[in-house]
Amino acid sequence: MKKLRRTMLFAPASNPKLLFNTAIYKPDCILFDLEDAVRYDEKDAARDLLVEAFKSIDYGKCEVFVRTNPLRKPTGEKAPFGELDIRALVPAGMRRMRLPMCEKPEHIEELAALLDEVEKEHGIEPGSVKVQASLETPIGVMNALAIAQSSDRITSISFGAEDFTRTLGTDRTKAATELFYARSQVVMAAAVAGVDAIDTVWADVSDTEGFIKEVESAKNLGFSGKSCIHPSQVKEVHNIFTPSMAEVEKSVEILKAAADANIQDGGVITVKGKMVDIPVIAKAERIVSLAKGAGLIK
Amino acid sequence: MELKTLVNKLGREMPSFIEGYGEVKPYSGPFTTEASGRKYAPLKSSSRPGDLKLLGSIKEALEKVEIKDGMTISFHHHLRNGDYVLNMVVEEIAAMGIKDITICSSSLTSAHEPLIDHIKNGVVTGLQTSGLRGKIAKEIATNNILGKPVIFRTHGGRARAIEAGDVKIDVAFIAAPSCDPMGNMNGKEGKSAFGAMGYPMVDAEYAEKVVAITDNLMPFPLAKVSIPMTLVDHVVEVESIGDPAKIATGATRVTKNPMDLLIAENAAKVLIASGLVKEGFSFQAGSGGASLAVCKFIREYMEEKEIKGSFAAGGVTAYLVELLEAGLFNALLDTQTFDGAAADSFNRNPNHIEMSASMYANPHNKSCSAHQLDMMILSATEIDTEFNLNSMTGSTGMIMGAQGGAPDTAAGAKLTVCVAPTMRKRIPILLDKVTNIVTPGETVDVLVTERGTCVNPLRTDLIEKFTAAGIDLMTIEELKSEVEKLTGVPERVQYEDKVVGIIEYRDGTVTDVIKQVKK
Repeated sequence: MKKLRRTMLFAPASNPKLLFNTAIYKPDCILFDLEDAVRYDEKDAARDLLVEAFKSIDYGKCEVFVRTNPLRKPTGEKAPFGELDIRALVPAGMRRMRLPMCEKPEHIEELAALLDEVEKEHGIEPGSVKVQASLETPIGVMNALAIAQSSDRITSISFGAEDFTRTLGTDRTKAATELFYARSQVVMAAAVAGVDAIDTVWADVSDTEGFIKEVESAKNLGFSGKSCIHPSQVKEVHNIFTPSMAEVEKSVEILKAAADANIQDGGVITVKGKMVDIPVIAKAERIVSLAKGAGLIK
Repeated sequence: MELKTLVNKLGREMPSFIEGYGEVKPYSGPFTTEASGRKYAPLKSSSRPGDLKLLGSIKEALEKVEIKDGMTISFHHHLRNGDYVLNMVVEEIAAMGIKDITICSSSLTSAHEPLIDHIKNGVVTGLQTSGLRGKIAKEIATNNILGKPVIFRTHGGRARAIEAGDVKIDVAFIAAPSCDPMGNMNGKEGKSAFGAMGYPMVDAEYAEKVVAITDNLMPFPLAKVSIPMTLVDHVVEVESIGDPAKIATGATRVTKNPMDLLIAENAAKVLIASGLVKEGFSFQAGSGGASLAVCKFIREYMEEKEIKGSFAAGGVTAYLVELLEAGLFNALLDTQTFDGAAADSFNRNPNHIEMSASMYANPHNKSCSAHQLDMMILSATEIDTEFNLNSMTGSTGMIMGAQGGAPDTAAGAKLTVCVAPTMRKRIPILLDKVTNIVTPGETVDVLVTERGTCVNPLRTDLIEKFTAAGIDLMTIEELKSEVEKLTGVPERVQYEDKVVGIIEYRDGTVTDVIKQVKK
């Protein structure tokens, strides 16, 4: 069964209440933020809080990610907090992280080397800490495939539209035409690398209709899920990314018919008058896997 | 002398006789007290042609009703935090040098803080109310300024106590947003309109003397009458009975707090799974946070399934009015209107029906609407593993709430659901024993929180239904333990022996006593 990453709900790590309340909204993933949502003078305190949270709070079925601070400034110099974040959080239990502003495979290689060292130092199984690379600039998006393939630690790549449009020199619109190429590039790279692609946030919490349209578009483009900034967005994304019971039942039927006819490796049958061959079987398998992950079927 | 104590059915130990209250009748179950004997009745009165009731001042009214030391006077809290009437009357009584007055109010609010000085000066020596908050509550809970217990009654219990003569009201003062010179009055018109007049409808029938105080004197006869002139002795016109900005403003909207919405959505699932949300069902929900938000989710289900309910009740808010006007319920039954939009509905919509506190919730009359409820949604400051609810005191021991209609409706409804967050300001609300019991656990069926849903083990039928509907359940002990992993177990507050408050059940038995907080 595939691990679902339909939703990644942001929560600033500087807010103690959110450390123990975010899981109640049952996002597939929580993304505790040490980067943009935390004030410069609260960076150390937020990290300390998160260390304690990892030691004492059971997040149940939620996959917990941390967006650490970057290791490098845009100018290439070492950034102040990223390494400290990793050195404190990995021993506390962080096993999933998002590296912001990732622009080239070397960023991941540098991070992987640091993680190798920290894992070794604390007797943690090598390679335990998995990484999501956040692509937020035109260069990052252009290098999407190389980044996605740069380390076994990469399990997903995410797209960040706010910094992307800023560095592209344009504005973000609700129609999102300015993002079309970049989002497609990210999804394609993820598919080639065999990792998940997570779409950017939607900032206007009050515009549910616009949000739903964007989530539908993300799903159609091939994203596995979406970053969310408000609990109310979780349910909407799950509704869209979770197959309907009718789709699930149809897929179960196709898989059973395909297994009975032994055509998983080639051949064609018809199920209820419709052609079923390898691509149709693959789609049915994806839907059944999603349904199992979402608890619709066992 | 050794103090004799008793233990009631809820396991609460209390003195069997309390100075300033009398003999304690222990709570023994929601419907174990049978009413007997005759109702209390005020003395007969007569009138003659040409009698005038309109007086020039509150002082004159006090003289006419022959106010004297030791009397019990009543008020109502429909003007909420904007009420001027109670303070004006008590101020005048103090100026006249009268002492030892007992105030029997449907509730007391922050507007009534001048009472503190009147208590300290001996003008006021008794308080009977549904709830207490703020500075008065603090002075009672920590300093025991009254020197004897405050009697806390439910809305239904107050109506019962008045009808039974447990409390004999010498003079009822009724704030009237519209009143004619003979005393016909309503709460729906005028600059201080608040809506339904459910509480003083009872006072007016049983008080020896009734004084209407109005800031909107209308020509006789007033067209819309909530309390008729047959019950009223005097009418006083004043400049203003309250601050309109604090009486009934705007429209109560469903919360946007994501946690409240999550709890409400889970509660709605529970209600639907119970099978009770069906054609002709009846419903009551509190006006705040998650309680009101449950209506939003029930509404979606009713619209999808084309279900029309019989009535929605309670403190009526703009949101319940929306449900009425969308044709989702036939009627609203209203004792106390909570906002301006609902007051407007009450004034124009004949299906928005006024009911007295007795019709609402008195267990010792021939029918009350609380007993017609299919479901009731309420909240609490604390809940214990026996499902007992506290809505009166906080974990600090401070009095900070009210009984309201919670014990009445919980006993009456087929399904009572408590919606609450598992912690407030990092203090867990789940305990082995609540600080004070207000609503007995045997009348509470389900607890819905942000971290899980628990069913009272007494309701095996609900456990079966919810499990069949795929609702994840946990025991209340499991939930408590999960929450304590996050919060730890806080130290409990320490008390003196002195009883500062009596929590009366709706039938006049005692559910619990509030003791003075140790400093």
